[in-house]
Amino acid sequence: MQGVTQTKFWREPLDSDQVEAPLGQVYIINDRCKGCEFCVEYCPRDVLEMSDEFNRKGYHPPVVTKEGACVNCNLCEQICPEFAIFTLEATS
Amino acid sequence: MNPDLVRDPLPIPEHPVTPYLRMERIPHVWCPGCGIGTVVKCFASALERTGVDLEKVSVVSGIGCSGRTAGYLRLDGFHTTHGRAIPFATGLKLGRPELLVSVVSGDGDLVGIGGNHFIHAARRNLDLLVILINNFIYGMTGGQNAPTTPLMARSSTMPFGNFEPPFNLPHLAASSGAPYVARWTCLHIRRLTWAIEEAIQRKGFRFIEVIAPCPTLYSRLNKLGTGLSGMRFYHDKAEIRHGADTREVAIGFQEPIICGKFVDEERPTFNELMDSHYGKVLGEKYVPMPAEGGYLHG
Amino acid sequence: MKADPAGVLTGAHYLDGDFACGEGAMAAGCRFVAGYPITPSTEVVERISRRFPTMGGTFIQMEDELASMAAVVGGSWTGTKSMTVTSGPGFSLMMENIGLAAMMETPCVVVNVQRGGPSTGLPTMVGQADMMQARWGSHGDYEVIALSPQSPQEAFDLTVEAFNLSEIYRVPVMFMMDECVGHMTERVVIPEADEIEVVPRRLTEQSKEEFLPYRLNGHLVPEFARAGDGYRFHTTGLTHDERGYPLMSADCQEACVHRLVDKIRGAGDDLTHIEEDGTDDAEVVVISYGITARVARMAITMARERGVPTGSVRLIVVWPFPERVITELAGRVAGFVVPELNYGQISLEVERLAAGRCPVWHVGHGGGTVHDPEAILEKILEAAKVAA
Repeated sequence: MQGVTQTKFWREPLDSDQVEAPLGQVYIINDRCKGCEFCVEYCPRDVLEMSDEFNRKGYHPPVVTKEGACVNCNLCEQICPEFAIFTLEATS
Repeated sequence: MNPDLVRDPLPIPEHPVTPYLRMERIPHVWCPGCGIGTVVKCFASALERTGVDLEKVSVVSGIGCSGRTAGYLRLDGFHTTHGRAIPFATGLKLGRPELLVSVVSGDGDLVGIGGNHFIHAARRNLDLLVILINNFIYGMTGGQNAPTTPLMARSSTMPFGNFEPPFNLPHLAASSGAPYVARWTCLHIRRLTWAIEEAIQRKGFRFIEVIAPCPTLYSRLNKLGTGLSGMRFYHDKAEIRHGADTREVAIGFQEPIICGKFVDEERPTFNELMDSHYGKVLGEKYVPMPAEGGYLHG
Repeated sequence: MKADPAGVLTGAHYLDGDFACGEGAMAAGCRFVAGYPITPSTEVVERISRRFPTMGGTFIQMEDELASMAAVVGGSWTGTKSMTVTSGPGFSLMMENIGLAAMMETPCVVVNVQRGGPSTGLPTMVGQADMMQARWGSHGDYEVIALSPQSPQEAFDLTVEAFNLSEIYRVPVMFMMDECVGHMTERVVIPEADEIEVVPRRLTEQSKEEFLPYRLNGHLVPEFARAGDGYRFHTTGLTHDERGYPLMSADCQEACVHRLVDKIRGAGDDLTHIEEDGTDDAEVVVISYGITARVARMAITMARERGVPTGSVRLIVVWPFPERVITELAGRVAGFVVPELNYGQISLEVERLAAGRCPVWHVGHGGGTVHDPEAILEKILEAAKVAA
């Protein structure tokens, strides 16, 4: 990944011990992805990575690598230009 | 890599954006890393958050990459001729005043060939929500110079670098009379959604410029990398300055992009001006166009 | 359906063609007009801008004719009958969006009060040289309907007909007036509202789920849905399928364009509206339209006095061209005489249909004034002499 390395600008919230972080479930519609990596780049919990798999069109879709880290903020869903990824409140 | 992690184990429920898009037409035509899809998602989210009656929302697009937006939103969608989205939308608004009429198109379409209509609609404060997706180039036709192409940037028709000074769009909109002027990039997905949501609830000529990466043409011709490189550039170089003087928000080649809400005023719209004036001058003789439009029942 | 009384100025009036055309539009139920000032047509919208606010109509003067035509197409998609008014130069600017109206199958009326051309030409003086532009002006294969009035009374009557035809066939209708008729003041009788037959915009009765904007159930004109009625349809200037979605294929193009053309060319007699006089035993037939038809009438009278059996065909619906009538006449007349204020446009159509079976004498004129009837008479006599 060339370009400037990611510097985190936000600090640990003061009430992070009292607040119960939500748990999200990520859904990826693999064949719809065009491999732009926006979601991987900007997921605040670094839940995703580009997979080595190919989808039907020959793109590498993202894959969840840190199971249980998703907080259902649906940033990935909002930034995805292909409507190929979204999150819902985890049911389990 | 754990293979079953790739194929998500759970049956995939419907994507939440489904009610707002023509899913039968997805995947869409835009290139990998293009920002238009993100803007469409923000527009859909804003519609959802405002809870407006989707049956009364029209979206009009012109020609160009962004011009295909009307084809993907599940609204009354009109894909019109190049540069004429705004006058077409004017007809929709005046023909049926109750409609929420939006225009989503590109920089070439709205302020290139359509520039004359843009400034006049802003002057009249026509009740239109205009979202201009600015990728600094004519993308659909292969990367020609646009009225927004920054100085010295390359395009297929300025192979030695663009020497034409480009528009400063917020300044153009504000000075033409737009009461709501904002600029975001398609990395600012939350603020863009809130801006569109806010603009939906405003009246008059609301203008939102959205800077979007064009990996296939603008980035390639200027060796700026992928769509992600564009997003990273916005991450590093976009500055939010609400209320900035629009004269100072011009965009230079690979220079900081000033974002924010620059103008947010309240001024009577064309329809309001017309109704109040005729009401005053003609009294009870004045019969306004019905909100539901001039359709004469059979 | 009967006309909406709010728009009908019943009574006998002394109006010029422009004003009568405006009254015709309002009587026909037009409630949205977008226009741009251009001599000699502006009186139409001046009249409308004064009367519209009393009948729930909206007039907007746009920044140019391009915008006016685009606004008319947009306005019509709300189910509101829409019109624009212009002359030569504006007509040229409107061409692309007339093509959009044809491709989206949007009913609307474009009034062209023709003046001398080309270019700025003779702004205040008569011409009839936009007739082919009316037919072929925009790019690609499509069909329009065009009418040509010869008097202020017809400017009223035929504008109502223009709107009705645009609704029936969902096409842009070109109302090809000329400066003389436009600026000539005559008696115009406007009937009671319930005596004026008006074709309403026929809205689909299909449900929102099954409706497709360009699906045809049996006939060539698809059903219409208004913006804002919840059908959430899509329409585009791109070649499209029955869902109104772009489909870039030769098959789709063939189906799409074939229908746009066939629904007009196939209409045949339904779209034939001419005025025939003395063509049964005619030796020479004069074919004319608009103001020239009135001048030709004098020449025809003089020719008859000189013993030449002369018939007259006056084109009211000019496009689609009344092919059957002309083809049939060509078989038994000595020649056609076609006077028009241009250097040969409608005469070309007559030649095409005569197909060499009889000569076609064009009486051309650059415009700026009407013909000298003697010039027309001369051609009639020549046609008769040659035939003798």
